Amino acid sequence: MSEEKYIPKNKLTKWFDSRLPLLTLSHHLKSYPTPKNLNYWWTFGGILTFCLITQIITGLVLAMHYVAHVDYAFQSIEHIMRDVNYGWLIRYVHANGASMFFLAVYIHIFRSLFYGSYKAPREVIWIIGLLIYILMMATAFMGYVLPWGQMSFWGATVITNLFSAIPFVGESITTWLWGGYSVDNPTLNRFYSLHYLLPFLTFGLVILHIWALHIPGNNNPVGIDVKKNSNETMPFHPYMVMKDLLALLLFISVFLWFVFFAPNVLGHPDNYIEANPLVTPAHIVPEWYLLPFYAILRAIPSKLGGVIFMFAAIFILMLLPWLDTSKVRSAIFRPIYKKLFWVLLFVVILLGYLGAKPPEGIYLILSRLATAYYFIHFLVILPLLGRYEKTDPLPQSISDPVLDKPGMLDKFKKSAAEYEGENVESFK
Amino acid sequence: MLSHLNKYLKKTIITIFVSLIPLTVFSEEKNTNLIETKWTFNGIFGTFDRSSLQRGYQVYTEVCSGCHSVQYLSYRNLSEKGGPEFSIAETKAIASQFEVEDGPNNEGEMFMRSAKLSDKFTKPYPNVEASTAANGGAYPPDMSVLAKARAGGADYIYSLLLGYEEAPAGFELDDGVYYNKYISGNKIKMSEPLFDGIVEYTDGTDSSKKQLAKDVTAFLVWASEPHLESQHRIGFKTIVYLIVLIMLVYMSKQKVWSRFNSKPEEEDEEIFDKVEKVITKYEGEDTKTFK
Repeated sequence: MSEEKYIPKNKLTKWFDSRLPLLTLSHHLKSYPTPKNLNYWWTFGGILTFCLITQIITGLVLAMHYVAHVDYAFQSIEHIMRDVNYGWLIRYVHANGASMFFLAVYIHIFRSLFYGSYKAPREVIWIIGLLIYILMMATAFMGYVLPWGQMSFWGATVITNLFSAIPFVGESITTWLWGGYSVDNPTLNRFYSLHYLLPFLTFGLVILHIWALHIPGNNNPVGIDVKKNSNETMPFHPYMVMKDLLALLLFISVFLWFVFFAPNVLGHPDNYIEANPLVTPAHIVPEWYLLPFYAILRAIPSKLGGVIFMFAAIFILMLLPWLDTSKVRSAIFRPIYKKLFWVLLFVVILLGYLGAKPPEGIYLILSRLATAYYFIHFLVILPLLGRYEKTDPLPQSISDPVLDKPGMLDKFKKSAAEYEGENVESFK
Repeated sequence: MLSHLNKYLKKTIITIFVSLIPLTVFSEEKNTNLIETKWTFNGIFGTFDRSSLQRGYQVYTEVCSGCHSVQYLSYRNLSEKGGPEFSIAETKAIASQFEVEDGPNNEGEMFMRSAKLSDKFTKPYPNVEASTAANGGAYPPDMSVLAKARAGGADYIYSLLLGYEEAPAGFELDDGVYYNKYISGNKIKMSEPLFDGIVEYTDGTDSSKKQLAKDVTAFLVWASEPHLESQHRIGFKTIVYLIVLIMLVYMSKQKVWSRFNSKPEEEDEEIFDKVEKVITKYEGEDTKTFK
C-alpha cells in the first residue's frame, strides 16, 4: 500500500490546496504508510500527544483560578479543590497527568533503546525527542513549585542552588534566577510564567518530532527497512488510528484509576503543608520521575561534579546514535545487547529507588556503582559491543513467514534447496 | 514474535510496578505498624458515615478547635452533600454560635457579627505566630488538609491520638513534651487530647476514647477531601464506561484489521503449500520435519 498523491477533486479544493496545502497534509497524515508489524510499544507516541494536550487544557482551566503569590498560592489551590466546580477533578488530572506523561515518555524512550529507533536515519527524531524530554522536566519541576507547599519550596531551593556550583558566576546566576536573595515571590511568579510558556514550545517541538518521523517513516520491531510500496505497510488511517485508540483507552483507564482512587499516591504528603522557609523537611525529594537524576547528583562527592554528571546523564543520550556503533537496530537480533538493555533498565530503576533514600551507607555506595555503570554502558560498552557482538542473521523482509524465530527462514530455505537443487527464492 | 513480546510485556509491566515501589516505601518508612482500621471511606465505593462525621465535628469543636484551625472549611460545607449533611437550619444554628469580624461599615469601623453559612470556620488565633507563642513554641497545624499532609493519612492520625503512653525508662522528656508511640522521634508537644467521656455525644453514642478518635479522624479526612464521595462515584462510573468503550473499540479494531491481516496469511500459506508440494513430489515423504 503505497502513499498516493493527493489530487484535489474540485475547483475550490484545488484553489485552496495550491495556496496552502493543508488538504495535502491531512491526506498525508491519513495515508502515511506504517509497517504492519508495529507492536503496542509503538502506541506511546499517540499517548504522549494526548498527555500533552490534556496537560495544556487542564492547565488553562487551573490558571483561571490559581493565584501566583506566596501568600495566596496554597490557598488558591485549596479554593480550586473545594469551591471551583469539579476543580478537584481538573487539578488531580493535571497533577497525576504529569506522572502519567513521564510514565509514557519513559516507555517511549526505552522502546527506542530496545529497537534501536535512534539509529540512522532517525537521529534527528531522537534528538528532538530528547529536547522535548528536557523541556518536560523543566516544566514539571516549575509546575511542582506552584502549589507552594513544603516540597515545592525546598525542591525549588535545592535545584536552583545547583547553579551556584558554577565557578565564578554561580552565585550571580542563582540570584538572577531567584529574582532576589532566596526563593521568594519573584521566583514563584517567573516559574508560573515559564510553566505556562514551555508547554507551547514543547508542542512546537512535537510537530517537528512528527515531521522528522514522517521523512524516513517508522522503525519497527524487526528493525530492518520496510519497502514502502508493498504490502509491508498499511495506511495510518484506519489501521494505526484504531490500534492507537485502543492503547490510549487502556492507558486512560490506568490514568483515571490514579485520579479517582489514589490521587495523592504519586505525590509527597509534605506538599500539603504550606511552604515555610524556616522549617526544612526531613528528606527533600523530587517527584519520582526525577529521582534517577537526583541519585546521580548526590552520588558525586563534589557539588559541581554532581551537577556536571547529572546534566551529562541526559546529554549523553544525544550522542547515542553515534555511541552505539552496531549496524543492527533491533535488540531481537543482538543477543548481548538484549541482556544489557534489561541491565540498564534495572540500573535506572535502582537509581530511582536510591534517589528516594538518604545518601548514606549502602545507599550511597549503590548510587555510585549504579552511576558508574550508567555511564560505562553508554561510553564504553555500546561503542565496543557494536564492533564485537555476533548478531543473529536478519530476515529478508518483515513479511517473512517464519520471522518469530531469527534464522529459521534461512534454515528452511537451505533444507528446501537441498531437496530442490535450485534457487528457492523463486517461490516468492 | 507474539510469545516474545508477551514475555517483554510481562517483564516491563512488572518493572513499572517495581519502579513505583520506592514512592510508597519512602512515604511510609516513618510510620510502621500504624493501627489499621477499616474506614468506611476507603475503597472505590467508600462513603462517609454521616453520624460519625457529625460526631467528629462535635469532637473538633469541643476539643481540637481551642488550638487547631480548619481555615479552608466554610460553615456551608457542613450541610453540603457528601459531608456531615447537617440540615440547613442546624448549620445556620451552628454558624450563629461563632463571631466573625466584618466591615468596614458606613462609619468606617470594623464590627463583630455572628457567622453566616458563607463564612470560613473561625480560627482560635489571629495568625501562626500568635498560635505558636500561645502553645509553647509549637504551632498546632491547621487541620484543613492534615489527613493528606501526613504519611499514613487517616491511620496515622487515629494511631497518634491513641498513641500516648508512659515514656519508657531512661527516655528524657522536657516540660510540656509528651511521649507518643507513633510520632517521628516519639516526642510531641500536644498533650493527650482525648479521654473516655470528654465529649458528651448529642446522639447518645458511647464516647469511649477510641470512638472519639475514630469520629474526629473521619471528620478530618472529610475536611481535607470534601468531594471524596463524588470522586469515588464519578470514578466508578468512568471505569465502567471505559470498560464498555474498550470492548467496543477492541472489536472495531479487530474488524478493521481483519481486512488487512487476511491477505498476508493467505500468501504465507500459499508459499508453504508450494514448497511442500515440490518437496513431496521429489521425495514422497513427510515434510513436517522442516518446520
